[in-house]
Amino acid sequence: MLLLLINIYSDWLAPVRAQLAPLTTPFYWLVDTPARIKAWSGKTTLSRVELQSHNEALESEVLVLKRKLQRMASLAAENVRLRQLLNSAEFIEDRVLVAELVGVSPDPLSHIVIINKGSDEGVFIGQPLLDASGLMGQVVEVSANMARVLLITDNSHALPVQVNRNGVRAVAEGVGDLYKLQLRHMANTVDIRVGDLLVSSGLGGRFPVGYPVAVVDSIVRDPGQAFAAIHVRPRAQLDRSRHVLLVFGDRDNNSAQALDNSLDSSLN
Amino acid sequence: METSSKPHNRGLISVLFIFALLFSIYPLPLEYRWYRPELLTLLLIYWVLAMPQQFGPLLWFGVGLVQDVVTGSMLGQHAVGTVIIGYLCVLSYQRIRNYSLWQQACWVFVVCGIAGLLYQWTNSLRGMSSSGLMFLTPVLISALSWPLFVFALDQVRKRFRIR
Repeated sequence: MLLLLINIYSDWLAPVRAQLAPLTTPFYWLVDTPARIKAWSGKTTLSRVELQSHNEALESEVLVLKRKLQRMASLAAENVRLRQLLNSAEFIEDRVLVAELVGVSPDPLSHIVIINKGSDEGVFIGQPLLDASGLMGQVVEVSANMARVLLITDNSHALPVQVNRNGVRAVAEGVGDLYKLQLRHMANTVDIRVGDLLVSSGLGGRFPVGYPVAVVDSIVRDPGQAFAAIHVRPRAQLDRSRHVLLVFGDRDNNSAQALDNSLDSSLN
Repeated sequence: METSSKPHNRGLISVLFIFALLFSIYPLPLEYRWYRPELLTLLLIYWVLAMPQQFGPLLWFGVGLVQDVVTGSMLGQHAVGTVIIGYLCVLSYQRIRNYSLWQQACWVFVVCGIAGLLYQWTNSLRGMSSSGLMFLTPVLISALSWPLFVFALDQVRKRFRIR
């Protein structure tokens, strides 16, 4: 028994775990059944009037989004031109995969969710997960058609962010609370305000740049303390989203290469 | 206690274990996750007390290991806990069987508490310990649900004549 425990602390059992992980898929599938039945019955027993109003709402939303997209196209083109002027890397649209949440970790201490896509669909460890409104977390364990995702609010998670308004960089750490992250080591004098949007800065090389992460909730600047105590609220609805997006940031290599190229050209 | 077991016993008992396992991973909101009774542990205690001859150390270990794999905790964490619980049950089943239900519940609280302490210890080695005595909450809930649990399982046992 103790031998087993020792094994755990030295990572030797990781391959065994990977082998065993697919066996757990049916359990999570079974446990998810009530939720699926509820969703299905909710969809199939809608009345005609409800469907119509829903449809209208969606249509108007599409219209609004399309208008935004029109401006987006010209802005994106302008952005590309400016970036070419600056000789820096181009932004490439990220490819995404829609996944569904099928379970949550039963352990109250760890913020881990389980999604229904796995290595069969190309999911890999470290892959970022988003929902409609922000960054949710990253994949930490993959089996054939299931993956475990560590949420950004987990005690052991931290990610590099920047303030969208002025680009101030910070590290947002999970504190084990679904509605709270903490910014580490921010000086009292740094320009950050309540309500500022934090986006991922992409500095860690793990999360893609520019996805909204959190909104600044409270700032306590105590002159007696070395750093300001800044708490932020995650944008993603970590406790209710069911449909989530897995991002394939295949521009990682591209951007690194482009950066090399631009450095080379500026040196020459 | 006869050692003869009817052929359908094993199937039914494993079905019960699978139900307990499903219950242990049923998604709950974060704030309620502390209040989930550990049905799997209770089931193990119940069967070990009821038929210690059939439930050996390998089975205790197996139950814990399956729980580890399915819940995604560290491999061996629950396995150590269930082995300790099983051992304590086998040590004292003759005495415990004669207790009243509430006395049994107190005893279950102590036994599960020892396992809970162990989980807390392994968790804190991983840097994920809970604050204060929070880790005793599921243990307390489990102990409180023990009388009800025994009542329900006794019905099942009578119904299917598992001995």
